[in-house]
Amino acid sequence: MSESWRPTADKQIIKLRADTYSKIRQFMAERNVLEVETPVLSHATVTDIQLHSFHSDYSSPQTSSARTLYLQTSPEYAMKRLLASGTGAIYQISRVFRNEEQGKLHNPEFTMLEWYQPDYDHHQLMQELEMFLNLFAITHCEKTTYAEIFIQHTGLDPHTCDTNELTMLAQQYGLTSSIEERPVLLDFIFSNKITSTLGNSRPLFVYDYPACQCALAKLSNGAPEVAERFELFINGMEIANGFHELTDPAEQLARFEQDLALRIKQKRPELAIDYLFLDALKQGLPDCAGVAVGIDRLLMAITGAKDIREVLTFPIENA
Amino acid sequence: MATYSTNEFRAGLKIMIDNDPFAILVNEFVKPGKGQAFNRVKMRNLKNGRVLERTYKSGESVEAADVMDTDMQYLYNDGDTWYFMDQITFEQYPADKPAVEDAAQWLKGEEICEVTLWNGSPLSVAAPNFVILQITDTDPGLRGDTASGGSKPATLETGAVVKVPLFIENEELIKIDTRTGEYVSRAKD
Repeated sequence: MSESWRPTADKQIIKLRADTYSKIRQFMAERNVLEVETPVLSHATVTDIQLHSFHSDYSSPQTSSARTLYLQTSPEYAMKRLLASGTGAIYQISRVFRNEEQGKLHNPEFTMLEWYQPDYDHHQLMQELEMFLNLFAITHCEKTTYAEIFIQHTGLDPHTCDTNELTMLAQQYGLTSSIEERPVLLDFIFSNKITSTLGNSRPLFVYDYPACQCALAKLSNGAPEVAERFELFINGMEIANGFHELTDPAEQLARFEQDLALRIKQKRPELAIDYLFLDALKQGLPDCAGVAVGIDRLLMAITGAKDIREVLTFPIENA
Repeated sequence: MATYSTNEFRAGLKIMIDNDPFAILVNEFVKPGKGQAFNRVKMRNLKNGRVLERTYKSGESVEAADVMDTDMQYLYNDGDTWYFMDQITFEQYPADKPAVEDAAQWLKGEEICEVTLWNGSPLSVAAPNFVILQITDTDPGLRGDTASGGSKPATLETGAVVKVPLFIENEELIKIDTRTGEYVSRAKD
């Protein structure tokens, strides 16, 4: 008999996860952040070119033809619909699913803590996230901008340097493909040459991302234009990603359409835009900041685990 | 032309890079939460052993290398070329000096070696892990000295030189670990 039936997390870590959920709920209750639940299955999914959704066929007893439903890659759209309906501050601990992701830091299903604070900007939310981290004896976070850290490592200003300079640097660092778009080059340099050095002595918040990596963040008015977005790094791992949230429905629609055009160009599956989410934005999403914390990686940071399998009961190989 | 996509990458896979065959050593999946996925790959050049790191965008394809490992018997050499025979087809394969470089000093004939073929030609040859060879030249043995831990050089019948314990005599048969080049024990014929 093989040993594959056994959990890959040891007993203490299984217990640590349960304790972590209790601490999260207590922390949120003390701040009047409401715990909510939204569907895992949805009729539409993110259009983001870098996220790959699982989907399934739903056979309704009321209709003859099956309908495609998607497993959420994050509860973001549904939670913003709640915010637009007037819930105030909310959080959720949920299972999210991302196809084509597996490795030491990735499992195709994982646990995300997502929370939103109306009237916060990304700096206020970073502050609250640090208080949250204190619960796990993670303290004394540092803050730096994306540009500072990028220049420190490469000598290039990620907002203003020429794309050819990025291309040359990426090839020097061992990227095989020769012609790439700016976001891919930035991703390559940042995730392959910089990330592993971040947050090793103290946890590090990196904020104000290049405008081309805005995802669902607001753009600042300053020069250069930056995305009001942050990420938290501990031990060279990305733990959390937060935004001062985009609330403008017209801008949101424009970003969706840009994604869809890119999907066609890259021969990725075409997707429908989530109009229920857009309608909520039209109704009015309150000015807010939101953050997603990867709970599995947080457990890795707390325990010093080097592989996500050490904190999962049954990783995808044995699921 | 056969190719492998990044999602087929795993340790041991043989691929072509800049016209040389490589074996993948480590394949790591790297992806920022909101960004492009990459495969960061460490690989060894099968011709010269050098290790290289390259990063592919996930989904890219790489040419497969036509490389396979086969057990063959070493027959003889003529100074420039070493001849090996496939144990099943009895086909003979000539291997040049660079291919047998590390293995040649342990071979006297009839050993079964692992021959790595690339496009049907020997790319590298691995000697058996252990070989038994006769000493042809070493200082006289210090009788009874089995504990002092000292060693001395000994030339073997193939020309290889290994360190042996002081008590080993000329013309003795010894067993050698070819992976480390170290003396293992006396051998009985």
